[in-house]
Amino acid sequence: MFTLTGVCAFVAVGVLFFILGYLLWRGAGSLNLAFFTELPKPVGEVGGGFGNAIVGSAKLLALASAIGIPIGFIGGVYLAEFGGKTPGFVVRYTTDLLNGVPSIVMGIFAYAIIVLPMKHFSTLAGGIALGVMMVPITVRSTEEFLRAVPQSLREGALALGASKWKAVTTVVIPAAMRGIITGIMLGIARVAGETAPLLFTAFSNQFWNSSLREPTASLPVMIYTYAISPYEDWHQQAWAGGLVLLSLVLIANLTARFVFPHKHAGS
Amino acid sequence: MNAPGGVWMRRMIASLLVVLFSAASLNFVALAADTLTVTGAGATFPYPIYSKWFNEYHKLHPEIQINYQSIGSGGGIRQVLEGTVDFGATDGPMTDEQLQQAKTKILHFPTVLGADVPTYNIPGVTQELNFTPEALAGIFLGKITKWSDPELKKANPNVNLPDKNIIVVHRSDGSGTTYVWVDYLAKVSPEWKTKVGVNTSVNWPVGLGGKGNEGVAGLVKQTPNSLGYVELVYAVQNKMAYGRVRNSAGAFVKADLASVTAAASGAAKQMPADFRVSITNAAGKDAYPISSFTWLLVPSKITDPAKKKAIKDFLQWMLADGQNMVEALSYARLPKEVVAMEQKALAQVQ
Amino acid sequence: MQKFARRLKQGDEVAYLITFIFAASIIVITALLVYELYTGSALTRERFGLRFLTSSTWDPVALDFGALPFVYGTVVTSILALLIGVPLGVGAAIFLSELAPPRISDGLAFLIELLAAVPSVIYGLLAIFTLVPLMREYIMPFLESTLGFIPLFQGPAYGVGMLTAGVILAIMILPFLISISREVLLAVPREQREAALALGATRWEMAWHVAVPYARAGIFGSIFLALARALGETMAVTMVIGNDPKINASLFAPSYSIAAVIANEFSEATGNLYISALIELGLVLFGITIIVNAIARLLILATTGGRTH
Repeated sequence: MFTLTGVCAFVAVGVLFFILGYLLWRGAGSLNLAFFTELPKPVGEVGGGFGNAIVGSAKLLALASAIGIPIGFIGGVYLAEFGGKTPGFVVRYTTDLLNGVPSIVMGIFAYAIIVLPMKHFSTLAGGIALGVMMVPITVRSTEEFLRAVPQSLREGALALGASKWKAVTTVVIPAAMRGIITGIMLGIARVAGETAPLLFTAFSNQFWNSSLREPTASLPVMIYTYAISPYEDWHQQAWAGGLVLLSLVLIANLTARFVFPHKHAGS
Repeated sequence: MNAPGGVWMRRMIASLLVVLFSAASLNFVALAADTLTVTGAGATFPYPIYSKWFNEYHKLHPEIQINYQSIGSGGGIRQVLEGTVDFGATDGPMTDEQLQQAKTKILHFPTVLGADVPTYNIPGVTQELNFTPEALAGIFLGKITKWSDPELKKANPNVNLPDKNIIVVHRSDGSGTTYVWVDYLAKVSPEWKTKVGVNTSVNWPVGLGGKGNEGVAGLVKQTPNSLGYVELVYAVQNKMAYGRVRNSAGAFVKADLASVTAAASGAAKQMPADFRVSITNAAGKDAYPISSFTWLLVPSKITDPAKKKAIKDFLQWMLADGQNMVEALSYARLPKEVVAMEQKALAQVQ
Repeated sequence: MQKFARRLKQGDEVAYLITFIFAASIIVITALLVYELYTGSALTRERFGLRFLTSSTWDPVALDFGALPFVYGTVVTSILALLIGVPLGVGAAIFLSELAPPRISDGLAFLIELLAAVPSVIYGLLAIFTLVPLMREYIMPFLESTLGFIPLFQGPAYGVGMLTAGVILAIMILPFLISISREVLLAVPREQREAALALGATRWEMAWHVAVPYARAGIFGSIFLALARALGETMAVTMVIGNDPKINASLFAPSYSIAAVIANEFSEATGNLYISALIELGLVLFGITIIVNAIARLLILATTGGRTH
């Protein structure tokens, strides 16, 4: 009976290696300088690259971080250090709610509050959609790692005469910093792969994006568009793009794990 | 608390920030200082020629980027009504109700002539198939379910059609290509007209949904025994088989430059002032029955003077030099009379 | 000295205020989201009322909209995903928690958790070119030849369709099932295990008849969490489900999920009623995921005492 469960486990792991292997096999061949630096060519013409999509994704992530990290981090500090029982409960519950919002619904939200009033698809709208998605992830990990800091450290700081906020900023937060940063990195990796919220916010762009108020190409949206198309050349580029995206996401996750070893219950 | 990996992590974060920042600033280097971006969206029907045009135009005018996204004609209409794009594109002309919803009057400018073709993927069948209007309507209504159906056999006596289910593929998004297709079906099949109707998005009786002309072509290419409708250039570029359709004069005609131009010749002489016209099932023995104009939707009032100039200049260029590029991509040129009318109509864009 | 103390106290209050403002902004954002969904769907809510949830027509021409085909597609694909994923996932979790040595267990668990990081669009990309042909050429014909007497397995094999979407969803929820189930199983107290072994149970009997029932609440929690994920998945589903808003008895038939239809039709819906219908679908989906997530939290909280994934 146990062998059956072992098979299950290895099937699960096998899927991961299949995904990686297949992407490498189909995509590695198309990874050249042109892929990383060039713009897409007109429909039906062979060649071109994902240059603007990669840069676009970087911009979107920078924007998302600018929103998600401050709100998430400071919100987490509130929950762990300053919050009272009821307000804390309400914030925590709302954060969980926000976490459960399907990504496509987040796209509707960003469209309604940014694209419509601005009368423009924009990188800004896409960045905000992704940023809002980052908030619950960041809050959760910040709070978790702050709570994990031993009470003795806090009390020691207070005993030395520090006020609460000084204790928190100079002792508790630095102690939890590694974990918090890993949480942030995982959050960025998570939204880096999101496609649905970008479909009607950042839209897409065949040129280099010129301003935050203009649409931009992004890696996940390009992969999607190219994958469902009939052009063989586009399929090749989709594989390459998929490989790049997956590599970035996996590297972020691996780094996070090795920098901060995972702790689990009951070992 | 001086945990191992502390310095290493700081260095890593620093390098990550450097990478992000340089990637983001890289594209400012790649751009000229005063780039004007004009955003348009809509039909996938003309996307190959539009993307070629905008690419060429950018080479001629590097400070102007016309960013066009093919999201379907429904999207083009909606976004230009909302004002979230500077211009739209559609192959299904806007209805009167839609035009009334517009805060600024929207003008239609025809750009090229194209055709919807019935494209299929039947393993083992290499010949060109003939499709009667009854066959097409029956298949899309779900009444003709197998390739070996007598209606299809009648028109293709020399083809060994397999006894397999026809897998119908249509559009999942709001589409002008759909509009053209169902406009034709409604003209040749009263049952279609009452049961399903004509719109950019309909309640399909059967079939799989693909996103954009690209999605439909992709699905047909990968699914054996399937039948879908795509714009001519998509079938040509992907070397997919497409059939002949019987026109109102009774001849089986294949879509090409001559037959599409023939379909438009009657309309060219009687073009309404707002350019909204349907040329499906046109009269004439050489006419391809599922042809259509495709239009750019331009607001009559554009507040940004730079964008207004860019759009008007582009339209001028499109009507002259642009037309020289269309035939290479299997689109037919606009008739001379229509071009002349449009050049005059440009003055309406203020 | 007193002045100094007062300044310190003020610092604390400032800090409290700042952190509270940021935390409160989360509430504001969420409230705004719900508000936008609610007002955006007002047209169809007023026109159709509850009929929206029971009507199976989706007709943009006649302006008749009903959510049933999408709810059906969303629910059935998610249930399929659970039917396939839960045995696999719980089985793997049992292996990892009971049989595998700790180092291997940690290593494998880490690799499996990486699956959760794979973006949905990449699952979709792979599914189009590997899973869909596999289903169409081998698995669907095989199912039809063996189980074809059941209406579930009848009809032409498109490759894309309900079953394929269920399979890809099962793979996508696997890491959540495994990692949470493994954690709750590891949290089963040693005394319980040792008591069972002391009474003469084999390791398998201990695992299946003692540890798993003890961790049952947490395992159900992981199932609900996985369900919540499956319900909201957009890209991979729209790339393989066939995009046809019809309710069909056969699992081979194409279908449509709420997330998929919004992704396909939102930017193009012309007319306020059409847009409102899509937003109302988003509201429905949001509502379902809230409920499922809440159940999941309660169940997981019960076992691991607050330490969620």
